[in-house]
Amino acid sequence: MNNTSEITVEKTTAGKTTWQFILEELKPKGKIFTPFNIISVPIILLGIVLIVIRFIYGIGSITNLTQEVPWGLWIGFDVVTGVAFAGGAYVITFMVYILNMHKYHSIVKVTVLNGFLAYVFYAGALLLDLGRPWNVINPIIGNSFGTSSVLFLVAWHFLLYMMAQLIEFSPTIAEWLGKKRAHKILSGMTLAAVIFGITLSTLHQSGLGALYLMAKDKIHPLWYSEFIPVMFFVSSIFAGLSMVIFEGSISHKVFFHQISEKNKKAHNSIIRGLSKICAGAMFAYFFLQILVFVHGKHWTLLNTGMGYWYLTEMIGFVALPMVLFYYSYRRNNILLIKIASIITILGIIINRLNVTVIGFRWDAASHYFPSWMEIAVTLCVLFIEIWVFRWVIRRMPVLSDPPSWVTKNK
Amino acid sequence: MKIERRNFLRILGVTGVSLALNKPLNAKPETAEDVEFYGILYDATRCVGCQSCEYACAESNGLPEPTGMPEVGIVRKTDETRRTIVNAYDTSKGEVYLKRQCMHCNQPACDAACLTQAMHKTEEGPVIWRGDKCMGCRYCMVSCPFDVPKFEYHSANPKIIKCDMCHDRLLEGQKPACVENCPAEALIFGKRRDLIAEARKRIVENPDMYVDHIYGEHEAGGTSFLYLSPVPFEELGLNTKVQKSSYPALSKGFLYSVPTIFVLWPTLLLGIHEATKNNHPINPEENE
Repeated sequence: MNNTSEITVEKTTAGKTTWQFILEELKPKGKIFTPFNIISVPIILLGIVLIVIRFIYGIGSITNLTQEVPWGLWIGFDVVTGVAFAGGAYVITFMVYILNMHKYHSIVKVTVLNGFLAYVFYAGALLLDLGRPWNVINPIIGNSFGTSSVLFLVAWHFLLYMMAQLIEFSPTIAEWLGKKRAHKILSGMTLAAVIFGITLSTLHQSGLGALYLMAKDKIHPLWYSEFIPVMFFVSSIFAGLSMVIFEGSISHKVFFHQISEKNKKAHNSIIRGLSKICAGAMFAYFFLQILVFVHGKHWTLLNTGMGYWYLTEMIGFVALPMVLFYYSYRRNNILLIKIASIITILGIIINRLNVTVIGFRWDAASHYFPSWMEIAVTLCVLFIEIWVFRWVIRRMPVLSDPPSWVTKNK
Repeated sequence: MKIERRNFLRILGVTGVSLALNKPLNAKPETAEDVEFYGILYDATRCVGCQSCEYACAESNGLPEPTGMPEVGIVRKTDETRRTIVNAYDTSKGEVYLKRQCMHCNQPACDAACLTQAMHKTEEGPVIWRGDKCMGCRYCMVSCPFDVPKFEYHSANPKIIKCDMCHDRLLEGQKPACVENCPAEALIFGKRRDLIAEARKRIVENPDMYVDHIYGEHEAGGTSFLYLSPVPFEELGLNTKVQKSSYPALSKGFLYSVPTIFVLWPTLLLGIHEATKNNHPINPEENE
């Protein structure tokens, strides 16, 4: 990706209307033929073609879903795993606005932006998976509320949380457009949005796990327990923070010229702090897993194929990164923290897929494996999200300092 | 503590929103005892595997004519073109046939799972699917312990296909098509309570002929479709690991915690915020 050091925030004052300004901003900035673009554009185009095919010939035309396994990669990875990674937004806003840990203030905007885009695109991916998407408004407008459904709760929470995140991020949009009055009003709404957002996140992060509570006979007993919701919630804390560390390190390189001097200095200290929190959250999670395992009395299952896989997940992708996080926090080893975050991210992917896809109908004669087309559509969604993210970072004061009128007014 | 007007309104707003949202989140009570459901009793000792029910079902529901026959060793399954199926099993008492279709649970997992009430347990007993509400999320398929709902994967306007106990016919005072067309009287239709009494009577009168178990009396919290069999049900491929309590009860605990969190969390968060907001960092450089 190419870097643009130019910050365009003050442009609006040059006598243009807002719409003229937005139209101008829509044009691409930076080089067109970058390695990222060359890889992502063909996949996005392919994905769009596949999506068209899916809407003409049905979901079965491009997916390997069966009558026994009705939810595959698009739910198990895009939605369930993606939302866990988007958990960083509620954890960071909790630390900054509720606990008033000012040190982390500089990463709030970019984390909330990431979370917001993740929800928009993963909820979008959900629409692709709906057989009858034209009825998607039914649970919203109130003509048929399925109030006993966990999915009803999750759907509403997605919608409301997206709004809360948009409000949290909106002051930055106002700064970009130079709207001073709107900025003042929107900034005043931040705390309410944060409190509302954290409450929603608690419930739908755990709710995604609770979706599978009724599939008791279908999920491998090593991954099924009545504590799935608690597990999903606790693991979303370090899943989100690991993503913040990982994504922050990439942004730090790619958008280096846009990051303010102050934030560059704070970068390592922030990563170290997050590493400590990750280690703590993972310890709690690991302990919970052990408790649930012991209470489940599944000792004999350990000596099976799925048992080895379970041990791999617990030791290799929870205990190991947990120790690494703590060790590298003590030794102030930033590189090792980043490695630990990558292992954790892989571990979360493995865990969510174990519940939703790999351990789901593990005993069936034929197993579900995603088709290449499902994977292509997933990548398409991911790449479009990165494109939008890059577009926003290059234009709005997310990583850079806000315009001077914001700080002056304080 | 002094509550300013602004803060008061803020608290009021948060509480109001929480309360407004809590309302629809309560799990709905569905007591099997209050409602007298209709049901079907299937007696495997009488079934001759003639497939009349399959043909009647296909004709009644506009589905293609059934293919294949009950054959030992081959397990046919219901799918998007057939709502019921008869299979043959080689058992300790010779060849036994078994009809499969929706169990019409008293407290169906699919109904509890459905976020648009498309899957619906009717007062009469059948669990029906309503296309004008369904958004095709297939959560009913994930939740159903009997793997009953089937999805038309190769359609741009896909439907969920499952037995609805001929709900329309019931409303007109007729019996389900399969019951009406069963020449061997293996299927009888009636109030669930009466069917259980009848099944018990058959077991008592012919204890050598039946296993002492009515499948569906307690399975998954009780179902409207009941089975009698000459052999243990696991020999007939029925899911005998199914729990005896209802499946929606599994997510009830989570759903009940929702209102609690919705009220406590905002209060707690606001409290922590107020308590920590005057924490000035020692190093002002770290602050913004």
